[in-house]
Amino acid sequence: MGSGSSHTATIPDLDDIRRETGFSQASLLRLYRRFRTLDQNKKGYLSRTDLEQIGALAVNPLGDRIIDSFFPDGNLKVDFAGFVRVLAHFRPIEEEDTGNQDPKEPEPLNSRMNKLRFAFQLYDLDRDGKISRQEMLQVLRLMVGVQVTEEQLESITDRTVQEADEDGDGAVSFHEFAKSLEKMNIEQKMSIRILK
Amino acid sequence: MFLLLPFDSLIVNLLGISLTVLFTLLLVFIIVPAIFGVSFGIRKLYMKTLLKIFAWATLRMERGAKEKNHQLYKPYTNGIIAKDPTSLEEEIKEIRRSGSSKALDNTQEFELSDIFYFCRKGMETIMDDEVTKRFSAEELESWNLLSRTNYNFQYISLRLTVLWGLGVLIRYCFLLPLRFKEFLSKHVHLMCYRICVRALTAIITYHDRKNRPRNGGICVANHTSPIDVIILASDGYYAMVGQVHGGLMGVIQRAMVKACPHVWFERSEVKDRHLVAKRLTEHVQDKSKLPILIFPEGTCINNTSVMMFKKGSFEIGATVYPVAIKYDPQFGDAFWNSSKYGMVTYLLRMMTSWAIVCSVWYLPPMTREADEDAVQFANRVKSAIARQGGLVDLLWDGGLKREKVKDTFKEEQQKLYSKMIVGNHEDRSRS
Repeated sequence: MGSGSSHTATIPDLDDIRRETGFSQASLLRLYRRFRTLDQNKKGYLSRTDLEQIGALAVNPLGDRIIDSFFPDGNLKVDFAGFVRVLAHFRPIEEEDTGNQDPKEPEPLNSRMNKLRFAFQLYDLDRDGKISRQEMLQVLRLMVGVQVTEEQLESITDRTVQEADEDGDGAVSFHEFAKSLEKMNIEQKMSIRILK
Repeated sequence: MFLLLPFDSLIVNLLGISLTVLFTLLLVFIIVPAIFGVSFGIRKLYMKTLLKIFAWATLRMERGAKEKNHQLYKPYTNGIIAKDPTSLEEEIKEIRRSGSSKALDNTQEFELSDIFYFCRKGMETIMDDEVTKRFSAEELESWNLLSRTNYNFQYISLRLTVLWGLGVLIRYCFLLPLRFKEFLSKHVHLMCYRICVRALTAIITYHDRKNRPRNGGICVANHTSPIDVIILASDGYYAMVGQVHGGLMGVIQRAMVKACPHVWFERSEVKDRHLVAKRLTEHVQDKSKLPILIFPEGTCINNTSVMMFKKGSFEIGATVYPVAIKYDPQFGDAFWNSSKYGMVTYLLRMMTSWAIVCSVWYLPPMTREADEDAVQFANRVKSAIARQGGLVDLLWDGGLKREKVKDTFKEEQQKLYSKMIVGNHEDRSRS
């Protein structure tokens, strides 16, 4: 490891990031250290290969999709701000977030809606705002590998789309997606708590 | 850095005198005992003093940081996120149960919410994963005055560099001229290693010495740094097996080969398992030859875990004498990340650490049983070593550091998941 300082003073734009993501200073320090560990050649940003090196991520069936979410709009690099912005979606919801919600301020990144939106874009590859039958099939295929036949998979997909689809257009829009999951405890299932 | 020198000449004089004194002290306290294998209790005292200093220094730093209201970086060994150790099935069932309002006696085939499980698991690994953590230097919970593990200070100890220089000198002076006398060379080896050990200010505790490896066997140990070799070799005679390194190590290796029959391989030869096995078998079957010392992991791990042993060394069928080596990280991090540092940088770091403190356990010999194959035998040995050293037994292959992970692990996850959704589908069609 280098002898560089991981003091908070070395994190660029710390206050902006803190305001945008809602992470505490301590959490940001830990995430910054993690960022630097992943950044193998000390470039100052992460590339896809840096994330692909994480073994446990490579065996996750949705590993590639998750990595994609860090590189929107065809970017090839992600800096610390971008890195933390994605991770902020998984910050647990605390009282202070929902309490004084200023209507003019944008929704915090870890709100229920934003967590749902994050999951939605894992399905919706072409970002057209709808999960088509084809896209659903692709995600399912990733999750089961070669273990399930094409027909079985198709019937599962058809059933799922039918159940969620309300306006009958054969695709699941974000609104329909959110509605079918309205009872779910998203806050808990899509949250990762950082130890103090 | 800190040292201000207002009175140059005075300081220089003082330095000169102290160096001379130091030199004499070194001769008396280090070389002589090294030759006779006796040790004074000085190093233990040294260790105790160091511990006290570290504790005091950490407190001071925390206080200082609080005053300035800065965040001090405090590393944790258990990871930075809170994890639930539930299995794939349990979690997905729970997710479904919480989301669906329908009565669930037979679980649904697939829900949109299933994705949450994989998504979250994936994010968790990005924030903190076991393997990448193992390959960074082990994080310490208290500061140990080394710039490497604490990011707020810089300090280098000059004294130890001097010691090292001396060690190298003696090693070369004694070793090279005596290379034609085998009996003497054994003793010389031992002595040199002992000197090296002193030079590194290493405090090694050996346990169970009655189990030390004998001729015709293979000694197997977990591998953290090239220093492992010195530590083991200073307590017994071994034949080394290893890769030919370029640079400084290569020179040392060549010198050693002339004195003793060791077995060196080129890196490309190492890939040819059969060649390696053949040469090892030849060596082992010759009962007069020294026991072979092998580190089957194949790469340096940072000493908190024992990665999967490569099975090659276990196929040979000789008796295996397992040895567990564990370093106390408080005094100096012995881990060598070969993809980051070269040999010389590493040696320098070692020399400028406060001390190398480690424990070596000699475990009772093991042989491969009739019904187990090489892999199972290897795993058995590995667990024994891990258990003894208090190291975490990890399934990951040490090669993870250099190559990407194999697809078989991903398939496992996929299989588990498909069983869930398709298994139910079949139940349904039956009813």
